[in-house]
Amino acid sequence: MEKFITVKDMCYSYVAYDGNPIIALDNINLSIYRGEFVAIIGANGCGKSTLAKHLNALLIPSSGQCLVNGLDTTDPENIWAVRQVVGMVFQNPDNQIVATVVEEDVAFGPENLGVEPSEISTRVTEALHVVGMEDYRYHSPHLLSGGQKQRVAIAGVLAMESSCLVLDEPTAMLDPKGRQEVLSTVCQLHQDKKITVVYITHFMEEAVVADRVIVMNSGQVVMEGAPAQIFSQVQRLKELGLDVPVAAEMAYCLRQHNINIPVDIITDEELVVAVCP
Amino acid sequence: MAKTPYEQTAIKNINIEIKHGEFVGIIGHTGSGKSTLLQHLNGLLKPTTGLVTVDGQDINLKGTEAQKAKRKVGMVFQYPEHQLFEETVYDDIAFGPRNMGIGEEEVAARVRKAMDFVGLGFDEFAQRTPFQLSGGQMRRVAIGGVIALEPAYLILDEPSAGLDPRGRDEIFGQIIKMYKNTGITVVLVSHNMEDVARMANRLIVMHNGEISLDGSPIEIFRDCQTQLEAAGVNVPPLTLLMNKLKQSGLAVDHTVVTMDAAVESVVTAIRRS
Repeated sequence: MEKFITVKDMCYSYVAYDGNPIIALDNINLSIYRGEFVAIIGANGCGKSTLAKHLNALLIPSSGQCLVNGLDTTDPENIWAVRQVVGMVFQNPDNQIVATVVEEDVAFGPENLGVEPSEISTRVTEALHVVGMEDYRYHSPHLLSGGQKQRVAIAGVLAMESSCLVLDEPTAMLDPKGRQEVLSTVCQLHQDKKITVVYITHFMEEAVVADRVIVMNSGQVVMEGAPAQIFSQVQRLKELGLDVPVAAEMAYCLRQHNINIPVDIITDEELVVAVCP
Repeated sequence: MAKTPYEQTAIKNINIEIKHGEFVGIIGHTGSGKSTLLQHLNGLLKPTTGLVTVDGQDINLKGTEAQKAKRKVGMVFQYPEHQLFEETVYDDIAFGPRNMGIGEEEVAARVRKAMDFVGLGFDEFAQRTPFQLSGGQMRRVAIGGVIALEPAYLILDEPSAGLDPRGRDEIFGQIIKMYKNTGITVVLVSHNMEDVARMANRLIVMHNGEISLDGSPIEIFRDCQTQLEAAGVNVPPLTLLMNKLKQSGLAVDHTVVTMDAAVESVVTAIRRS
């Protein structure tokens, strides 16, 4: 698989209110491959949002390197190219809507890239269709539900024809229905359009759908692997202050009671098959 | 917006009595009317028709009795850190009590008590600006501000929204501690079914502006899954798993709400079969 984003020996630090330096990212080395769906989990303050912001040059490394599609983010000449290729969706649906009409909000990105107006219109139509919001094209964004607003934000990134979507806890402020809408939209994009996805979340039912899970703690990457490998390490995850899917936790506890359950069980369905005759 | 083309009925036919010492969980989909209902409980919204009373007093009348009754209800909004505004943590927490006309000495005692309660060391945090704290710390300052009012009824709208598992456990730990130690009545709105199942002794489910279910959480999760789904809310992940195991033929008790109880039930069922 082709490497799309490479982070090498990357550190990021800043000065806190009391004058002391805080090391937010401590020697990060990782690669994101083209077309992958990577979930990043970790306790609040572990550096996941800081890492995400490096992926589209919102933040620049204090040392080390972040290469996006071969472009070094520390080179100011590369910033616009990096941001066209990697789009971000943030946590608060209200903080990323800039226009008073949905289609204008989606058009904002391509307009700023200098795309031709007729081309913008086509892209907006396509993007809204992909996220299932074409019926709301002429609506006011502020009247939409949280889930709908986040889908408009995603459409805004798609309209820029970004090949990578970075989502920083996109469902944290949504109700279960909204969360479901956003996650299925992202999964569909990943499957149908082969978009590379970097998805930061606290919700384990979201992280389990990823190809690969990265676990961060205190500015470092501490675990990395397929969901089944990561979520079966129940003790370790709990020590890191993280949730585990209920099936994984149940499987772990059953093994403690000497009941023979395979180690890589993390979903309800897998557990039912393992336990029920 | 009544009597205009934009008129909407947000909530209707609401008849509930919240008793002293109850821990009530309110769940419902976005737009079901939960926040609207909450805001009637301390007089932020007045009913179009009907009555809201606190300890027998109509809180929407004029006069000191109604004011006093309203003050018994402390409300913590969603993302309470958004309501911090003072220059120091101390002053932000002191704001409420000071506005009640309480003397500085008593205010100081209440601020100390509130900060101790939410786990913010007085010496370390009292003089800091709230805006340079972490999100979780800011939230604790905001909750401290409501606790310093010493309300008899504590209403919380999604107190764990945006927090990680550790942050969630801390906040709920504090709420439970307060509930157990002070006999305060708690009304909690949450999307997190597991939290409601664990803490509340009464569950109200809202749907399209009306009350759809009202009863014991355990009974509702056990018997009313279809209604819950229709109301756009789901049962806790653990209950879902137990239901699936039961449906696949394992004789488990699907009403359990903690992992330990669930494991015990599954182990017993497996050993029996």
